[in-house]
Amino acid sequence: MEDELETGVVKKFLYVNRRAPHGTVYAHEALEVVLIGAAFDQDVSLAFIDDGVFQLKKNQDTSEIYTKNFSKIYSALEMYDVEKLYVEKESLHSRGLTEDDLSVDVKVIDSSEMKKLMSDSEVVLNF
Amino acid sequence: MNFGILVNEGPYQHQASDSAYLFAKAAIEEGHTIFRVFFYHDGVNNGTRLATPPQDDRHIPNRWSELAKENNIDLVLCVAAAQRRGMVDPDEMKRNNKDADNIAEKFRISGLGQLIEAGIQADRMITFGD
Repeated sequence: MEDELETGVVKKFLYVNRRAPHGTVYAHEALEVVLIGAAFDQDVSLAFIDDGVFQLKKNQDTSEIYTKNFSKIYSALEMYDVEKLYVEKESLHSRGLTEDDLSVDVKVIDSSEMKKLMSDSEVVLNF
Repeated sequence: MNFGILVNEGPYQHQASDSAYLFAKAAIEEGHTIFRVFFYHDGVNNGTRLATPPQDDRHIPNRWSELAKENNIDLVLCVAAAQRRGMVDPDEMKRNNKDADNIAEKFRISGLGQLIEAGIQADRMITFGD
């Protein structure tokens, strides 16, 4: 379906997730971009900052708000060779969360490391 | 420079589409090129030909169509986002058994791969959204 490229060009893609998972559609549709993008064999990283850290929260249950619980897809990203997940330490801590509250293996980095990750990336997509 | 543009918000509600349009226009005037404008999330609503804004207001979908016509710009609505929000081209109308299509001139509907391709091909990818 998708017209995959075979240019051999590999760019550093960074998907920045900044919003809580279920109040708006951004997190869900961002995940769709990540899944489609995985077919392009690019160098992919995901960043979770601000309320975006809630996207990775363990034990989400959306049954009573009738939206799709897509949180399980984050732990399946590994199968798509999307393995670099970065969570900003300050965002996590200011929301009373620790790494143990998250459903997937991530690298927790501070805001100055996050800044470096962003400036080192070539294609930054914000959701 | 060759720019890729991502528009993540719908028309009128949010300035994203206005800013993206003004950016694209200014870039072209300065001799740059636009590889593609990709519309995602509610941004797909920028591609409706059924909008009727008051006469003293800008016509956002028409403005994109005209810019694309004059400068041969590729305007792409994400198919998954478009299906959710009822943006339909003649092909989608047939495929999903709808009784109408509503896509404006010069817009087309395609997959998210077109966004990734824009990221790869363009010198700079710029997001307009919240």
